[in-house]
Amino acid sequence: MSKKKRGGAVAIKPEGSWGNVWSHRELYLMLLPGLIYLVINNYLPIGGLVMAFKQFDYSKGIFGSPWAGLKNFKFLFATRDAAIMIRNTLGYNAVFIVLGTVLAIAVAVIMNELRNKSAQKLYQIFILIPYLISMVVVSYIGYAFLSTDAGFINKSLLGGQRLNWYMTPKYWPFILTFIYLWKTFGYNSIIYYATVIGIDTSLYEAAVIDGANRWQSLWHVTLPGLRPTIITLTLLAIGRVFYSDFGLFYQVPMDSGLLYDVTTTIDVYVYKGLIVLNDVGRSAAAGFFQSICGFLLVMAANLVVSKLDKDSALF
Amino acid sequence: MVRNDRVQQILMHAFMILLVVLCVAPFLLMVMSSLTEEATLTRNGYSFFPQVFSLETYRYIIRSQGTILHGYVMTIVVTVIGTTANLLLTILFAYPLSRKDLPYRGVLSFILFFTMLFNGGLVPTYMMYAQTFHIKNTIWALIVPGLMMNAFYVIMMRSFFQSSIPVALIEAAKLDGATEFRILRSVIVPLSKPMVVTLVLMVGLNYWNDWANGLYYVTDQGLFTIQMILNNMIKNIEFLSRNASSLGVAASQMRIPQVGIRMGIAVVAVLPVLVIYPFLQKYFVKGIVIGGVKG
Repeated sequence: MSKKKRGGAVAIKPEGSWGNVWSHRELYLMLLPGLIYLVINNYLPIGGLVMAFKQFDYSKGIFGSPWAGLKNFKFLFATRDAAIMIRNTLGYNAVFIVLGTVLAIAVAVIMNELRNKSAQKLYQIFILIPYLISMVVVSYIGYAFLSTDAGFINKSLLGGQRLNWYMTPKYWPFILTFIYLWKTFGYNSIIYYATVIGIDTSLYEAAVIDGANRWQSLWHVTLPGLRPTIITLTLLAIGRVFYSDFGLFYQVPMDSGLLYDVTTTIDVYVYKGLIVLNDVGRSAAAGFFQSICGFLLVMAANLVVSKLDKDSALF
Repeated sequence: MVRNDRVQQILMHAFMILLVVLCVAPFLLMVMSSLTEEATLTRNGYSFFPQVFSLETYRYIIRSQGTILHGYVMTIVVTVIGTTANLLLTILFAYPLSRKDLPYRGVLSFILFFTMLFNGGLVPTYMMYAQTFHIKNTIWALIVPGLMMNAFYVIMMRSFFQSSIPVALIEAAKLDGATEFRILRSVIVPLSKPMVVTLVLMVGLNYWNDWANGLYYVTDQGLFTIQMILNNMIKNIEFLSRNASSLGVAASQMRIPQVGIRMGIAVVAVLPVLVIYPFLQKYFVKGIVIGGVKG
């Protein structure tokens, strides 16, 4: 306590004075490794975004390559690919956000209503399992269900039909949505469940006294109680609608060429342009577009929320 | 009214059981296929109830120490080194930020937080790691990019330090003449064990399951982790199915692990996670809850 008072007295000197900084040198030393990592892993690549405006040449490096103005962007948006990947990225994300939130809340509310607590604990263990598995393994499981010759669906459910799943685009919006929900609903419902059990129980008691039935207390107590969590999670998700789970869209459809129209998201396009097709210019332009749009969207979403409900905003 | 309530409970259990079955059945299919005799598998397809059981898949995996066992060792090495490095960086960064008396704390927090809002994306990141740091086909490619520190986890850790460790304790240690490193090691970390365990699990899982860094930066099979071996086998399937007609006979003679064995390797890759998980479930849940709502 007395130390704190002394700290207050020292603070008459500007807080950032050299003496004050020097006395915290050990703490700055601790920060150093992390700062170096952030510079390398996060900040240098931000500088590298200028690549989108360069005619990239491996031998000259990012900064030595000649400027290309907006040529990369013109090339990118002249193709059909640009519209397709933007449509896919935004479209899938919209569906994922809506269905994912509804399912997660439903599961959280149901878990909360269950009176058999040991069964409830058991359910909670099992529904998180898909979240723990890598997308590569998920693609193997998908293949076990969908393979034309030996897949469980063709052989056992459809009685030996030879539906060519990996070559029929119309099924994939459903397959990918199903797999996304399968993999993430456990994770999200655990977050919502934690919020549900945190709701003040006296609110429910009051509702019962007022003659509310279960549906009415769900509508008037539980959902309002979940509001801040719904806003925060949806805001985070909206901030990421220009991003997609690369594994889900690249691994699970097994990079099948006939499915590109419904499986190419911005991340898939950027990866393929960079590593497979060696089309660095367009890839960099698409990546630049993604980074900038993503950033603007996070800022905008946060602005909107801080106007609506200050406590739910991220910053 | 009471009857109605019973029915509701039963319906809700039924719904949850349906979800549990949907979550578990795919893994069961995977395990069952890996235990099915190869000819049966080709004839009947992937099935929950194989007609003829066989352990041939696992015999093959054990015999082929060359690739699969090596991939396993690589996965373990990468996970252990990566998780250790990540935890070190995270704790060392989170502790100073949790100290309200640190000058320029706001600026430093912002430097961290900004990485969650904006990033350069794959192309510049790849160019930098591959062209400037020459990380391709080294073990560092599997450890360093993206996974070694995450602003989200640092903020979780910092909030934990702030909310659970009384400032008076730090002050007392300082009066006793302890250095900051000593305080961190002997006071802060021991008091934060549950949080440290949670982070070890989440970071460890990220390393164990990672295949993307391998896909971007590694072509040398000597560095393949188990996830990359799986990833590579898929590519071979694609290659075969795409070129089946032109390759003709040659394709069928290419040495690709057969159907059951592919599933066996997938089983082996998830087994440690699924075996450990039920015992540590509460730590995972804790991590999800703390991390999910407000970082």
